[in-house]
Amino acid sequence: MLTVECPECAATVELPADVEVGEILVCPDCGVELEVVGLEPVAVDLAPEVEEDWGE
Amino acid sequence: MIRASIVGASGYAGGELLRLLLAHPHVEVSQITSETYAGQYAYFLHPNLRGHTDLRFVRLADLKPCDLLFLALPHGQAMDRIDDFASLAERIIDLSADFRLRDPADYPRWYGREHPAPRWLDRFVYGMPELHREELRTARYASGTGCNAIVTLLALWPLYRRGLVREAVVDLKVGSSEGGSKPTPASHHPERAGVVRTYAPVRHRHLAELIQELDLDPADPGLHLSITSVGIVRGALATCHCLLKEDLDERAVWRIYREDYADEPFVRLVRARRGIHRYPEPKILTGSNYCDIGFAADPGHRRLVVVAAIDNLMKGAAGNAVQTMNVMYSWPERTGLEFPGLHPI
Repeated sequence: MLTVECPECAATVELPADVEVGEILVCPDCGVELEVVGLEPVAVDLAPEVEEDWGE
Repeated sequence: MIRASIVGASGYAGGELLRLLLAHPHVEVSQITSETYAGQYAYFLHPNLRGHTDLRFVRLADLKPCDLLFLALPHGQAMDRIDDFASLAERIIDLSADFRLRDPADYPRWYGREHPAPRWLDRFVYGMPELHREELRTARYASGTGCNAIVTLLALWPLYRRGLVREAVVDLKVGSSEGGSKPTPASHHPERAGVVRTYAPVRHRHLAELIQELDLDPADPGLHLSITSVGIVRGALATCHCLLKEDLDERAVWRIYREDYADEPFVRLVRARRGIHRYPEPKILTGSNYCDIGFAADPGHRRLVVVAAIDNLMKGAAGNAVQTMNVMYSWPERTGLEFPGLHPI
């Protein structure tokens, strides 16, 4: 099984066997979106996210 | 199947305990006591239990032997009668503060009276499975924990046991059920409704448990509690402002908390980048035994804010007591405690 470490929270994130570059995954622990940026070796980066205003 | 009885079952913690034990597959509730309501059906006082039990309250004098006694009396009552209770049951779990502290000198200091049965203090294990699981497996007697103490302990234990904290200030927001079922002028609805009432800005009693369990210097613990009542019935939220010895980034914090809590059945890490509740929220824990823990690092300032939430009547009292019982009897810890809470609520 392919796995990567979440760059946000260090969780182990499982990847599908047919994962492709550009695919967006969600970390099951912290919920951040991860973009697959490489396959050999598999690498992910934080995907750009629209910030919500929780400050009100 | 064991036979358990609840002493002091008319209060909120006792009623919650009754609710949980009635649904527990390995427990038959034998008796429930209340001096004030003796003879009355339990469901007139705990209306959610109508249709679930025909038990009536009995007087303490009519209590019969059983396998396990839960004591849910106001502080200061169990300690006066502990020899009598011990003669009735092989095992006891006391939800009050009467046997939480190991040092007898702590009782006049924090509870305003000498302990009348100090020889019993060493026989009780502090009833927090996350910290004392192995001792509880063979214990005959377990204490409860303070609701504010357990939520704070769960929040801070991973940091303190690694010696990472220089000083911490814990701001607790709590619901009205922490005040118990006896009304006072201050709890009267016109006074209580809508309050944000700081009632214990310093020296809350539960600090004694934190000093004991985190092994802090009583004279200078470096840990401070402030408690504020807010307009909810159930729930406690501990916002712990930790001033660290060294900076920690959040990935390191995640690793620390995962290392300590990954296998804990009732601790969840909630620090989400998406979703409705991104940090722990007591509201959605109502009726559940979970403690949710989240955190946010303040890089460059050696500051970490840890946020923890519980239902004070569950993980803060009755639910934790049932979890403790499960450990003492070697039953799976989740038994009878599977309810995940409600959403929305």
